[in-house]
Amino acid sequence: MPTRYEGIFEVARRSFLRALRQPAVVFPSLIFPLFLLAVNVGGLDASTELPGFPAESYLTFALAVPFIQGAIFVLLNSGTDLATDIETGFLNRLALTPIGGRSLLAGGLGGVLAVAIFQTGFYLVVGLLAGASFEAGLAGVPVLFALSLAISLAMGSIGAFVALRVGTSEAMQGMFPIFFVFLFFSSMALPRDLIEQDWFRTIATINPVSYLIEGIRSLFTTGIDGEALGLAFGISAVLTLVFLSAASAALRTRLVRT
Amino acid sequence: MSAAIEVSDLVKQFKKGPRAVDGIDLRVEEGEIYGFLGPNGAGKSTTVLMLTTLLPPTSGRATVGGFDVAKQGPRVREVIGAALQEAALDMHLTAREHMRLQTGLQGLPKNDRGRIGDDLIERVGLAEAADRRVGGYSGGMKRRLDLALALVHSPRILFLDEPTTGLDPQSRTSLWEEVERLARQEGMTVFLTTQYLEEADALADRVGIIDRGDIVAEGTPAALKAEIGQPSVEAIASDAADHDRLAEVLNRFAGPGDCAESTAEAVGVRLAPGNDGLAGVIRALDAEGIELAHLQLHEPTLDDVFLEKTGRTLEGADEGAGPETGEGEAVEPAAARAGS
Repeated sequence: MPTRYEGIFEVARRSFLRALRQPAVVFPSLIFPLFLLAVNVGGLDASTELPGFPAESYLTFALAVPFIQGAIFVLLNSGTDLATDIETGFLNRLALTPIGGRSLLAGGLGGVLAVAIFQTGFYLVVGLLAGASFEAGLAGVPVLFALSLAISLAMGSIGAFVALRVGTSEAMQGMFPIFFVFLFFSSMALPRDLIEQDWFRTIATINPVSYLIEGIRSLFTTGIDGEALGLAFGISAVLTLVFLSAASAALRTRLVRT
Repeated sequence: MSAAIEVSDLVKQFKKGPRAVDGIDLRVEEGEIYGFLGPNGAGKSTTVLMLTTLLPPTSGRATVGGFDVAKQGPRVREVIGAALQEAALDMHLTAREHMRLQTGLQGLPKNDRGRIGDDLIERVGLAEAADRRVGGYSGGMKRRLDLALALVHSPRILFLDEPTTGLDPQSRTSLWEEVERLARQEGMTVFLTTQYLEEADALADRVGIIDRGDIVAEGTPAALKAEIGQPSVEAIASDAADHDRLAEVLNRFAGPGDCAESTAEAVGVRLAPGNDGLAGVIRALDAEGIELAHLQLHEPTLDDVFLEKTGRTLEGADEGAGPETGEGEAVEPAAARAGS
C-alpha cells in the first residue's frame, strides 16, 4: 500500500503534467487577465486623480486583479479536468487503487498549486516590468506567493466541489460567467470607499472576492498590511475548509465504492 | 475449495430505474475464464461494477477472492484488476507515465516500479509507443494499455468489461491471446463480459448468458450448444429436378419429430443424434447419385442458445433492452455512470 504522501504526490504530479500539456487551456489563463488589466489601466487611469485613491499608478492598484482572475481560471480548469475524469471513468481507475478519497482530492489540489506558483511569478514579473510598484519589498514576495497559493487552493476546492456535483466538463465550463460575476461585483476597479453607488458598494462589501483582491493589492500599494492580509488569508482558509469538506462529501456520494 | 467469485441472489435496483440485476447466482472457479454474455442493457456492466466494489449491491451477497464485496471493499480491490468498458486513460499522459502513476498508487516497491511498468508495456506490444501521449493511440492500443494497467499489481482475478468492443479483428485477436495466456500460463481468473458470441465461444471455459438482469443459461459453450440439439445440414442440388429426391434423402437423417424443410432451392434438416452426421449424408447422396451445388453444416451457436432461452436473437435483443447501470438516471455514482 502506498503511503498517503506518495499517493498525493503521484496524483499531483499527474495533475500538473496534464495542465502543462494543455497550452490552449493554460495560456488564456495567463494572457487574458493581463489583457483585461491593460484595458482597465488604459481606461481607468484617471481614477488615480480621485481624492483618497490609494496608489499613484492605476497599474499598481489593479495588478491584484490578474492574480484573482488567474485563480478563477485555476478553479475552472481543475474542475473541468476532474469532471473529465468522471466522464472518462479515470476516477474509477483511481478508485480501484488503495488511495483514499481525501488523498485523491489533495493530489488534485497539489497540481493546482504548482500551476498557481507559475501564474503568480508570471503576473508579478510582468507587472513589475510594466512599471508597477511593490511596496511590500523583498520580504513581501513570499507573502504574495503564500496568499496567492491560499487563494488558488480555495478556488481549487470550489472547482472540485462543483465538478463532483455537476459531473460533466460541459456543465463545469458553463459555470465560467457565474464565477466572473463575483469578480466584477467586487472592489476590482475602485476602492470600496470610492464606489459612489450604494448598492454596488454594498455588494462589493459582502462579496468575499473584494477582500481577496484587497489582500493582494495591499502588498503592491501599502506594504505589509496586517488587517488586509489577515482578512484575505482568513477568507481563503474558510473557503478552503468549507468547500474541501463539501467536495469530500460529494466525492463519497459520487464514488460509492464499498 | 473456495471459488474465485461466488454470487448469491445479487440484486441492483436503481432509484426510479430498472432492476438492472435481478437476483443472479454464479460461481467462477480459480483459473477459469468466465464469459458473461448478453446484449446491451442486460446487466453485465452493473454486475461487474458490483463485483469490483464500485457499486454497492441493493441486496444479495457476492464474494471475490474470498472477500465480501459489500463489507470488505479494500481487500477485494487488492486481489482484482479491472479494465472497465471504456479505456479509462488520460489522453495527455504517455503509457510510461500511466504506468508510473498506477504502480505508485498500487504501492509497489519503488525499485520495482520502472521494471514492472516496462515489462507490461513490452508484453502488450506498446514499447515503441511508450513515450507517446495516449491521445494519439488507436483504439486497440488504448485497450492494451488499459489491460496492462489492470495487471500492475499482479491481481488474482481480472475483470474485463467488453474489452474488444470497437476493435479491429487483428487487435481483437491479439487481446484474446493475451487473456488466454494470463489464464492458462499465470492461472489468473478472468471474468469477461461480452456481447460477441465468437468471443465467448473462443475464450470462455464457461459462459453465463444474461438477459434483462437474469442469468438465463450457464455452462460450457459446448454443453450449452448441445442443449439446443444436433447440427443441421443445408443442401442445394445441382440439378433442380433432383430437389425432391434430395429432400427425401435428407429426411432419413432427421431427428424424431423433425423433417427436412424445403425452400424453392435449398433443403435443410436438423440431424438426428447417433447417426453418422455429415459423412452419412454425403454417402447417402452419393449412393443416390445426387450431385450437389452447395452443402453446408450448421453447428448450433450461442445465439441459438440465446434464442431458445429468450425467444430473441442477441442482435435483436439490443433494441428491446433497457438502460444498464443507471444510464439516464438523474443521480447515480460515477462508477455507475461510467459503464453501460
